[in-house]
Amino acid sequence: MRRSFLAALFFAAAPTLSWANDLVTSFTLDNGMDVIVVEDHRAPVVQHMVWYRVGSADEPPGQSGVAHFLEHLMFKATDTLASGEFSAIVSANGGQDNAFTSYDYTAYFQRVAADRLGLMMQMEADRMQNLRLTEEEIIAERGVVLEERNQRTENNPRALFNEQMNAAQYLNHHYGIPIVGWKHEIEQLGMDEVMGFYERFYAPNNAILVVSGDVTPAQVRALASQHYGPIPANPDIKPRAHSPEPPQIAERRVLLDDPRVATPYVARSYLAPERNPGDQRKPAALLLLAELLGGGTTSYMSEKLQFEEQIAVYSGAFYRGTSLDATSFDVVIVPRPDVTLEDAEAAMDKVLQGFIAEGVDLDALKRIKMQVRASEIYARDAVDGIAQRYGQALTSGLTVEDVQAWPALLQEITPEEIIAAAKDIFQDKKSVTGHLMKAEAAQ
Amino acid sequence: MRLFFATLALWACATLAWAEINIKEVKTPGGFTAWLVEEPSIPFAAIELYFQGGASLDAPEKRGAISLMTSLLEEGSGELDARQFAEARDGLAASFGYSVGGDGLTVTARFLSENRDEAIELLRDTLIAPRFDQDAVERVRQQLLSNIRSDAKDPRSLASQAFNEIAFGAHPYGSSADGTEASVTALTRDDLIAAHRATLVRDRVVIGAVGDLDSETLGQIIDHLLGDLPLAQTPLPEKITPNLRGGTTIVPFETPQSVAIFGHAGIERDHPQFFEAYLLNYILGGGGFESRLTQEVRVKRGLTYGVYAYLSPRDYAATYIGSVSSANDRIAEAIDVIKDEWRNIAENGITQEELDDAKLYLTGAYPLRFDGNANIASILAGMQAQGLPIDYIAGRNDKVNAVTLEGANAVAKWLYQPENLRFVVVGTPEGIETTD
Repeated sequence: MRRSFLAALFFAAAPTLSWANDLVTSFTLDNGMDVIVVEDHRAPVVQHMVWYRVGSADEPPGQSGVAHFLEHLMFKATDTLASGEFSAIVSANGGQDNAFTSYDYTAYFQRVAADRLGLMMQMEADRMQNLRLTEEEIIAERGVVLEERNQRTENNPRALFNEQMNAAQYLNHHYGIPIVGWKHEIEQLGMDEVMGFYERFYAPNNAILVVSGDVTPAQVRALASQHYGPIPANPDIKPRAHSPEPPQIAERRVLLDDPRVATPYVARSYLAPERNPGDQRKPAALLLLAELLGGGTTSYMSEKLQFEEQIAVYSGAFYRGTSLDATSFDVVIVPRPDVTLEDAEAAMDKVLQGFIAEGVDLDALKRIKMQVRASEIYARDAVDGIAQRYGQALTSGLTVEDVQAWPALLQEITPEEIIAAAKDIFQDKKSVTGHLMKAEAAQ
Repeated sequence: MRLFFATLALWACATLAWAEINIKEVKTPGGFTAWLVEEPSIPFAAIELYFQGGASLDAPEKRGAISLMTSLLEEGSGELDARQFAEARDGLAASFGYSVGGDGLTVTARFLSENRDEAIELLRDTLIAPRFDQDAVERVRQQLLSNIRSDAKDPRSLASQAFNEIAFGAHPYGSSADGTEASVTALTRDDLIAAHRATLVRDRVVIGAVGDLDSETLGQIIDHLLGDLPLAQTPLPEKITPNLRGGTTIVPFETPQSVAIFGHAGIERDHPQFFEAYLLNYILGGGGFESRLTQEVRVKRGLTYGVYAYLSPRDYAATYIGSVSSANDRIAEAIDVIKDEWRNIAENGITQEELDDAKLYLTGAYPLRFDGNANIASILAGMQAQGLPIDYIAGRNDKVNAVTLEGANAVAKWLYQPENLRFVVVGTPEGIETTD
């Protein structure tokens, strides 16, 4: 609960593509808080979210995990609410609440009957500035977070491997540090670190309110002005600046063996450009490249590795373009048990070069563009998903206009642009290659 | 996150503006019954088909056949091989899902109005005319074997397999529906054809549909989709009483955090006191932060990221199950706290305030579940599978509100059986041992 890793794990679903621009309204309060409203009046339900433009990548050195730890502690007391009362009130109103932290954002949300929206805003505005923690709560909740890390990461060799791959990909940027934090640093987090982070980053001019469901923009404006409007902006909120990655000039390798590995595999990541305001064409080409190359049964990798050569049990390619700073393009092959990881890696190299040499299958591109178009229809049935997309984009440095331009941009991308993007991205010297192995194979 | 939401789905059995959910019963010319909610505002529809029996219909020595067969439904059918099928489906931007459990096989479909007929044609072939081409069988068999090997190294899967084996032995509930490496390796194409014949039958299916469809169109679709399926021949499994007695079973596995699954016999969905039990469980172990288990094990002591319990009224057995995971040196304390809570609620029941809070949450959250065509289609199929009446939604919250403190506490005395609580712990836990 409290927090889901939205970081790209390799077996996560491929990105969904959905937009429905005409449902969306945006404006900004006088104190700098941005507001997005996504309307769907079919059911008297709303989702209320506040996204902060702060995530694990904004943590001070030595304090990894503090963004996520604070997210847990935001459910404790304020000046007017007792510890745990926030969630208890949401429950007593038939609502559900939770929160999540990623590299570039931290978000809190409730799903509730539409007539309770004002109450949700009142409580969320309260904890934006009035959090009150005790040492006992910090100690107990630190135990919870350590058990969360145990459950998600320490108990799962694939998650440990992803963490190592990521650490190898980023030499200088905070993206190389896990969102949940390194265990030895989580153990040292206390009141000073948590409250320092809270006071520095939690302010209306560093937040985006995203409301979706059975509500009008006028209603949201009135309620938001009443509840969030009185909170003063924090003048010390500065534009975000992280240490950028230097150019990568050497291939990197990660070899991890663990007795708990049942299915060894090969993964590769390439440092890749992210979507930037007014500059999304190359990321759009990379997204289509990931779909064409490894987006499912009809993809190029599946065709070559699962159908023709039959050396893989699973293969995939992933690109997560919505990111504040440089992101990655990832490829994975899970070989059949009788195929070595060395042979699987050779097959990976061959298939990437083969894709470039053969060029884009025009029928495949047409099918993907059809699915992009259809996803705009399906998205109208799940407006909370649209809300999620705006929250992610706006906390990653993009604008409403960028989000709304994206679907048309995807339709425009040419096969030549996709091949050019592939040539640019698939360079050995800009790669990290990892083998996740059974422990006995490494002895 | 997933664990937490799996529990959420159980307690938030729910409707929206129930007044606005207008379910029509559609009797097709071919003799099927389907439940439909017309939602013409977006040009697509979602259908859910649920075939009762599912993987519990596996023939002796053929464990895994129905699971493998289910995965192969989208790997070639009619005139199309696996790739041609996937290309046709993607070209229509339709999506189909096939999954199977111990009680049923579920087929979901989502398709645009603009190419509905072509999408239905594709879907029909997957149900009526799957090919089971040899190359597809081998490819998907390797994927299933890979999953089986992964489960054998995953503490949560190990815990649930060990628990089920103790509780249900040779009954289909006692083993994984995926089968074993040996059983899956031995399966033949004929076994898959037999598995298909046993499971996809016209007299054990329930149907929910939501979206841009009217009754007449749905009737035609259903008759076309399912009309050529055969009648059932394979008997459904017998009911079984879970063999759960108090004690602890340790499954040694080198990993930093122990995973425990615990439980004893539960309560049937159609039991007259089911709602008392449902409210009791919300208070003790439901997914909310206010549950006693979460407060005691997580919030006060910081012993876990997730602890919960849920009623599991399945078709052939009812159990009451819970789970917790804690570092190897902390799991013993977590288990002690859970045992104390189990004894406490059995002896002392709940308070009026807890009952009132639970009612507020459960009745208020019910509408939140009715979000999206596919979710509503799934609820419609689930209601029919459970034998609930078509007007159930409107009266459901009245049933929650009718539960009294006296009634709930009387049920607590027999529902909670601390002496029968069986724990299965996977890991290298400190301070606890296998008891028998």
